[in-house]
Amino acid sequence: MSILLNSSTRVIVQGITGREGTFHAEQMLEMGTKVVGGTSPGKGGTTHLGVPVFNTVAEAVGATGANASGIFVPPPFAPDAIMEAAANGIELIVCITEGIPIQDMIRVKDFLRGYPKARLLGPNCPGLITPGAAKIGIIPQRITSPGHVGLVSRSGTLTYEVGSALTAAGMGQSTIVGIGGDPVLGLTFRDVVEMFERDPQTTHLVVIGEIGGSDEERAAELLGKGTRLKTVAFISGRTAPEGKRMGHAGAIISGNRGTAKSKEEAFKAAGVAVAETTDDIVGLLR
Amino acid sequence: MKLLEYQAKEVLASLGIAIPPGRVARTPEEAAAAFAELGPIAIKAQVPVGGRGKAGGIKLASSADEARTAAHQIIGMDIKGFKVPLVYCETALDIAREIYLGFTVDRDARANILMLSAKGGMEIEQVAEESPESISRLYPNPWRGPLDFELSQLVFEAGLGELARPLVAVIKKLYRAIPELDAVTAEINPLVITKKGDVVAGDAKLETDENSAWRHKDLEERYGSVLEGDPYEVEAKKRGLTYVSLDGDIGIIGNGAGLCMSTLDLVQRAGGRAANFCDIGGGAKAEVVENALAVILMNPRVKGVLINVFGGITRGDEVAKGIVTARDSLQMKLPLVVRLSGTREEEGRAILRQHEIEPGASAWEAAQKIVQLTRVEGSFVPTPAAR
Repeated sequence: MSILLNSSTRVIVQGITGREGTFHAEQMLEMGTKVVGGTSPGKGGTTHLGVPVFNTVAEAVGATGANASGIFVPPPFAPDAIMEAAANGIELIVCITEGIPIQDMIRVKDFLRGYPKARLLGPNCPGLITPGAAKIGIIPQRITSPGHVGLVSRSGTLTYEVGSALTAAGMGQSTIVGIGGDPVLGLTFRDVVEMFERDPQTTHLVVIGEIGGSDEERAAELLGKGTRLKTVAFISGRTAPEGKRMGHAGAIISGNRGTAKSKEEAFKAAGVAVAETTDDIVGLLR
Repeated sequence: MKLLEYQAKEVLASLGIAIPPGRVARTPEEAAAAFAELGPIAIKAQVPVGGRGKAGGIKLASSADEARTAAHQIIGMDIKGFKVPLVYCETALDIAREIYLGFTVDRDARANILMLSAKGGMEIEQVAEESPESISRLYPNPWRGPLDFELSQLVFEAGLGELARPLVAVIKKLYRAIPELDAVTAEINPLVITKKGDVVAGDAKLETDENSAWRHKDLEERYGSVLEGDPYEVEAKKRGLTYVSLDGDIGIIGNGAGLCMSTLDLVQRAGGRAANFCDIGGGAKAEVVENALAVILMNPRVKGVLINVFGGITRGDEVAKGIVTARDSLQMKLPLVVRLSGTREEEGRAILRQHEIEPGASAWEAAQKIVQLTRVEGSFVPTPAAR
C-alpha cells in the first residue's frame, strides 16, 4: 500500500505542453504513472507524449475519468488551475508552481473549503512519489525504492538527499511527500503523518521540517499522542538569523514560535528522535 | 518589500486614511526647512526595522537649529545594519488615546487576520502574550473582504464602541492594501484619536509580498531604490538570485532552500561561519552558478566557497563543467569545495578533480573540508614570501 497515490491513480497534467510540463510528464510516464491526459487551453484535440490534450479540466475528466492532477503552469495562472481542478472533482491536486502570491493562495484555500474531497499538495513543492508505482511532480525516481518508510518534507532537494540516503541503506519508502515551503499550503505535516499512521505498509517515518510557521509543532503534538511508526525528525535552518527570509522557503522566524529550537524540542517532547544532520537520519531510523 | 514609514504613510494617505503633516528630509537644511513650515516636529530615522527610538533614531525639535542638529546626527546613522538614508519630519499629535490596528497573514490559519485592540502604542506582541483577550480578531473573507457589521462587532468587542463609526471606516480603508497592493502586513500602531476626535495614523508598517511584485511594478519603481541595502544583496537581486548576506567568511551555494539552509547548519557545526545564503534553484545551470559565485566573490570577507548541489534529474557532469567554467572565467583563487550528488555524480567528481577542485563525498565532509581550508589559508601557513 501507500498513501495518496498508487499505480491505478488516473493522473492529468495541467500545462502538459509547456517546457516543464512536458519534461516532467515524460518522467512520470516513464516510471509507469497512469497519466491519462493533459490540459492546455487551445490545444484540445491534439496528442502530446502519446496522451490526449484537452482544453479544460472538465473535458479531461469527462473523457478520462482522471482523479488526480499535477499542475505545471506559471504563477499568474496556477491559482485558477487549482480551483479548476477542485471544481471538476479532482481529488488529489499537486501544484508544483513556485512563486504564487500569498493573497491568491489565501483565496484558493477559502475556495477549497467548498470541495472537501479535493486535497491540495503544495504549491511550491516537489510533489509526491510512491516508489515503483507512480509519481506526480518532480521527485526523481532514481533516488527512491519501494519499502516501508514514509517520508514527508517541506524542502525539495533535501528530500532527494534523504530519500537517496535511505535507498542507499536499503530502506525503501512507501510514499515520499513534499508538502512545499510556502507560508500558505495545502496538506500539512499533520495531515500527511495521519495518513501514514493509517497506512499498513508504512512502519517508519521521517519528517523533514524547516524554520517558520508551526506545522512541525502540530505534527509533533499528534505523534506525542502515540504512534506505531518509528519516527525521526530533522529541522533545517538552525543557524538562520532571525528576521531574514531564506529565499522561497517562506521561513520567517517570529518570536519564539517557528525556530529550529522550538520545533526540535516539540519532537523530543513527543518522544521522537531528532537528527543533528541528514547523515544521522538512517542510523536513528534503524 | 518592506516600506519605510513615510512611504507606508503615503500609501495610507492614498487609501484615504489621515496622517500627520510631514516632510521627508535628506539633509539637515531640509529638516530646518521642514521646521519652518510645520513648527515643532519629531525627526524620525527611516529604516525598515523596529527599535529605532531606542537606537537614538527619533528626536524632537522645537527650533530650526535643533531640527538641523537632529537630522545631522540621524542621517547616515547605522540602525541594526541599515544606514539611515533620510529622515521624516512630522508634527506631533495631540493624543487623547492610542489604538492598535493591524492586518497580517496568519500562517497557521492560512488566512488574513485583522486585529484590533484598545491597548495601542505598546508592542503588540507583549499585549498578545500578557492579555490575549484584549486583542479582538477577525478573519475576513478573502474574496469580498470584511463586511460592515463584522467590523462593527469587532469594534464593540474591543471595547471601542463609542468610536464604531470612524473606526469601521478606517479599517475598511486599510483593508484595501490587501487586495490592491498584496500587503502581507498592514499595521497602524498607534492609531491615534486626537483631542479633537480625529482618527490619525501615528505610525505605519506596510510589507508587500515579493511573489506579487510582477503586478505592482509601480510600487517597486517608486519606493524600491530609496534604501541603500546590502550591496551584495542588491547585486544578487539584479542577477535574479535568491541571496541573503550573513556575517561569516565562507561563501555558500546550494540548490534548494532547505538544502542550502542545512548546508549553513553544517558549516556552523564544523566550526565555521557562513558569509551568505544563496539558493540557485533546482537545475543548477552553469550560468546561474557563475552569477552566484560572482556575487559571493565581491565580498572581501569571503575566504572560501562551498557549493552543495544535489542533482535530482540534473546531471552531475554538467554541473561540474559549469562550476569549472565559472571558476575559470572569474579567475577564482580562493579554496573551493564542491559536494556533488545525482545522476552521473562519479563523472562529475572526476571532472572536478581534473581541475583541482576538492569534491566532498557527503555534505558534512565537504563542510568540514572548507572550514579546514579557510582556516589554514587565513592564518596558520606563512606564505613563502613571508618566510
